[in-house]
Amino acid sequence: MPNKLVSSDFFERESVLAAILLTPALLIVLGVLIFPMVTSLGLSFTDLKLTKPGSGLFIGFKNYVAALKAPLFWASMLRTTIFGVSTVLTETCLGVAIAMLLNQKFLGRGFVRGLVILPWALPYVVNGIMWKWIFDANYGAFNAALTQLGLIDTYKIWLGNPKAAMVIVICANIWKETPVAVILILAALQSIPAELYEAAAIDGARSIRRFFRITFPLLKPIIITLIIIKTVWALKEFDLIYIITKGGPANGTNMFSYYIYQNTFQFLNFGYGSALAYLLTILTIGLSMLYMKSLKGGLDVEG
Amino acid sequence: MVGEHKKGGRVLLYAAVLFVCLSILIPYLWLVISSVSHRVELTSIPLKWIPDSLNLENYRQIAAGSSGINASLKYGLLNSLIIAGVATLFCLFAGSLAAYAFSRLRFRGKNVVFSFILVTQVMPMIVLIIPIYIIMSKIGLLNTIPALIIADCAFILPLVIWLMRSFFESIPRSLEEMACIDGCSRFGTIFRIVMPLSTPGLAASGIFAFIIAWNEFFSALILSSTIKSKTISVIISEYSSKVGVDYVAMAAAGVVASIPPVILALLFQKYIVQGLTAGSVKG
Repeated sequence: MPNKLVSSDFFERESVLAAILLTPALLIVLGVLIFPMVTSLGLSFTDLKLTKPGSGLFIGFKNYVAALKAPLFWASMLRTTIFGVSTVLTETCLGVAIAMLLNQKFLGRGFVRGLVILPWALPYVVNGIMWKWIFDANYGAFNAALTQLGLIDTYKIWLGNPKAAMVIVICANIWKETPVAVILILAALQSIPAELYEAAAIDGARSIRRFFRITFPLLKPIIITLIIIKTVWALKEFDLIYIITKGGPANGTNMFSYYIYQNTFQFLNFGYGSALAYLLTILTIGLSMLYMKSLKGGLDVEG
Repeated sequence: MVGEHKKGGRVLLYAAVLFVCLSILIPYLWLVISSVSHRVELTSIPLKWIPDSLNLENYRQIAAGSSGINASLKYGLLNSLIIAGVATLFCLFAGSLAAYAFSRLRFRGKNVVFSFILVTQVMPMIVLIIPIYIIMSKIGLLNTIPALIIADCAFILPLVIWLMRSFFESIPRSLEEMACIDGCSRFGTIFRIVMPLSTPGLAASGIFAFIIAWNEFFSALILSSTIKSKTISVIISEYSSKVGVDYVAMAAAGVVASIPPVILALLFQKYIVQGLTAGSVKG
């Protein structure tokens, strides 16, 4: 908002100044975001394959048609959906529960709030090798613990079973990503005025009712934001799969991002890979917009 | 009655807190214990949970950078440090200037450009990395540190712009106006007034950006296949796929790679929380 005290000259050169200030950032945005996005779109209409000389010709929508006809595409989609729904739901519920817990008064609260951030700070790769090591068939701590507790007789090859491997990847993601939900919800909880609860207590509202009447409605915007972000992240999940299972066993954990990586950088099918990547982009943007729309009717979201 | 109910509630509360702490600590603690165990202890059945004596051999090897599988880790650490450091500094510079423009100046297309920068946060990196890979290989930057710095900027820069813009919004404009009346130029107000006042915001964005860049794996995996530019994450990913992997070495490497982000996160916990809350983002 312009202030009358300020000379008009101060604002006249605003667009020039803006141009100067934005130049470094815009160079990056153009170079590593816009240009690659456009190039990628172009590539997706070609048959570029690095191992095939003379490839790279325009083939229209053939890649997209081929992708949508490939059974592996739909199988990886299904696995991504299972992964996405289970991680997003669990992380959100755990996030609400742990944030409510850490919002209570107890000894060492500051320490625990700091500790919660640890899994988030751990590099994805370290998170991956940690879980891979814990579930190692021969020497893993999980097998050892179960045996010593008398729950199993012999060591099991957990990562050799497609379903178990999927559960492990899901758990590793939940362990790593729940802190983000906890922190966001905790911040939202702290912004709820205490008077609201006091008023409810006077009215005799019980704790469960208080949660559904006051806390939950006020948390709704941040929960929706969380679900959007986490869904987008789940669609992109790659690092954990690469480290823990490499998409295996028998494609059991081959999710969409890994499928794109395989086609592009292992089979060197750059045209087809680009088309797949664009399908992922369309899906990501579509889902985000859908959520945003559902949000518009509700409360305003901050942040 | 009431007191007893309350006491039961306290016990339950502490039990729940303890459960949360253990769930967070145990997996990581096991990695740390494994890293200082002897191979024999880790491969024995029943498993020996606590080592008899500390085995620091792998840490020594990593520090010396001399032998076998640990030899390359030192280079990875250095590469990661340079890549994450330079990318963070550059993005802080470019990002805070841009954020200032978005926060304070009026110009045409402002909202469009800003929304576009926000949208890029949801873009899957794999869409960008395919052309970036082709371009980098064409201009001969594949397997170099600059290539990874540039790729990191793709996701750090929007984050810094987003965080710094909300930080600038919290600085009263009247300060700048006063400086202006005193004869300070617009650039002068930016560098003499706004930036010094924004040190906490710059620190928060910087720490946040550094951790994300340090932990980044995907673009580093695609863009670097030689020791010249491999980051620590890429080198560790190779530990787990080598046949007959040395578990103690792998665990030690994992612990080393996690030290910088974990220490930064624990020390600057408040900043990170601010960042997560304001930006709601990851790499």
